[in-house]
Amino acid sequence: MADVFVLVDHANGVVRKTTAELLTLAARVGNPVAIFVGPGVEKAQPVLARFGATRVFAMDNADVTGYLVAPQAELLAGLVKKFQPAAVLIPANPAGKEIAARLAIKTDSGLITDAIDVVAGDGGVETTQSVFAGSYTVTARVTKGTPIIAVKPNSAAPVESAAAAQVVPVNLTITEGGKGAKITESSPRVASGRPELNEAAIIVSGGRGTAGDFDAVEAFADSLGAAVGASRAAVDAGWYPHTAQIGQTGKQVSPQLYVAAGISGAIQHRAGMQTSKTIVAVNKDPEAPIFELVDFGVVGDLFSVLPQATAEVEASKA
Amino acid sequence: MNIVVCVKYVPDTQADRHFEDDNTTDRTGDGLLSELDEYAIEEALKLVEADSGEVTVLTIGPAGAADALKKALQMGADRGIHINDDAIAGSDAVGTSLVLAEAIKKAGTPDLVLTGMASTDGTMGVLPAMLAERLGLPQVTMSATLAVADGSVRARRDGDAASEQIVAALPAVVSVTDQINEPRYPSFKGIMAAKKKPVETWSLGDLGVDAASVGLGGAYTEVLSVSKRPPREQGEIITDEGDGGTKLAAFLAARKFI
Repeated sequence: MADVFVLVDHANGVVRKTTAELLTLAARVGNPVAIFVGPGVEKAQPVLARFGATRVFAMDNADVTGYLVAPQAELLAGLVKKFQPAAVLIPANPAGKEIAARLAIKTDSGLITDAIDVVAGDGGVETTQSVFAGSYTVTARVTKGTPIIAVKPNSAAPVESAAAAQVVPVNLTITEGGKGAKITESSPRVASGRPELNEAAIIVSGGRGTAGDFDAVEAFADSLGAAVGASRAAVDAGWYPHTAQIGQTGKQVSPQLYVAAGISGAIQHRAGMQTSKTIVAVNKDPEAPIFELVDFGVVGDLFSVLPQATAEVEASKA
Repeated sequence: MNIVVCVKYVPDTQADRHFEDDNTTDRTGDGLLSELDEYAIEEALKLVEADSGEVTVLTIGPAGAADALKKALQMGADRGIHINDDAIAGSDAVGTSLVLAEAIKKAGTPDLVLTGMASTDGTMGVLPAMLAERLGLPQVTMSATLAVADGSVRARRDGDAASEQIVAALPAVVSVTDQINEPRYPSFKGIMAAKKKPVETWSLGDLGVDAASVGLGGAYTEVLSVSKRPPREQGEIITDEGDGGTKLAAFLAARKFI
């Protein structure tokens, strides 16, 4: 059985949920092999083992971590050429897609991005994508080279499958060309204490209707153990950080439940949340386009509706 | 400083979009300059206004794509290059990046290749990295701020996990996000001046690119099927009469979220 490479998404060895999802998908197609870049592989190894990685190729030095994207693509290209995997799965975040893009050129291979499913088809690895703001589903495959596939979060339920995850250190010399863009400073995001938007089962978002006051949105989110998102209008107004922006130029999420409060639902926002399983909206304007998408909607003031809902949720826990 | 800005002519995202029989996207309706490219054009104009130099705007597309170039010229770009060749239709990102890279080389690789963060139709966000790879230039992508000085470019990149400062020597490939600036509206003067600005049209032959390596036939990926998802059925909408929150909570309970 051929190997399937999975680029590990982690922070100093703390493995993100997307990695477990990608290892699960990899197992459908071949033998999962994790590629780990940066510090912390000892910490990550047990998690990678739990989710099926047979081996872990690990590289950690200033050359591979200190420059943007290109060194990781070089590492992967070197491993692809040596081990000829059946596919390479990479998380579909901005850096991941760029690594995938450069890897495709380096290995003269096809590239599929934002896959929401990966299966072993008759003609090889097949992907599913949701396109045109969720209105179409597309299946596709790579026809040349090694399929390079960037996979969205929440594409598979992680399945535990104990494996050896034997760590194999790799020391590739990164070319001068790979070190063109130096990362001179890195300020890690301070953890909010709430779930990551990409991993959250429930997201409550606020928009223009909050008028800058996210207290009601946050309290409702906290009652549900949810992540908090924001529309582009709220971010542009400086009410909430860009990292929370849901939409075409922010994050595209697909949680179990998405609650949009004071958000009109312009297409730019819808592109970011349209494939959520259940959608709820609260908005004063009965004509707001968001109501076209909802499973349940309340025409009303979020400053009355959300606190009342929060109190009910808290009471139901007692 | 000379800058080449790569732009795309895209279908209107507000309109209903669908696929042709060969599973390529329908591009027959009215299109426009991809909104995210405006930030790249604006950034190029600001850099050249602060220093000196020329902004060339480059696009691949059929005849209608000239409209994308026109908008950029009206904003203030100096000249346009339009790659127009039927053989390019149906190209994947790999093929598109090949054509753009060859065009950039033919135009005389500039100090900076600037692009938006992604197209509003394909939304892959991979072209800038592919261009950097093909041109052998540093990539400074997803830039929320940009400064050029002393032969280097510095940018802030706001990733999911961290905010980073990136530095690279020129020449470089840079992509900018929608956070970086406020694109200008073309002035009346700019609209009139645009009419006289030169636009060259090139074919694959002019670039020395073999038609077999691009287009639908040259693509490295194949679409197997497309299916329209049934539109979401609108659920219940109630008006808050003092109990909206209670009813919302009841809905969540019924759906087992609480």
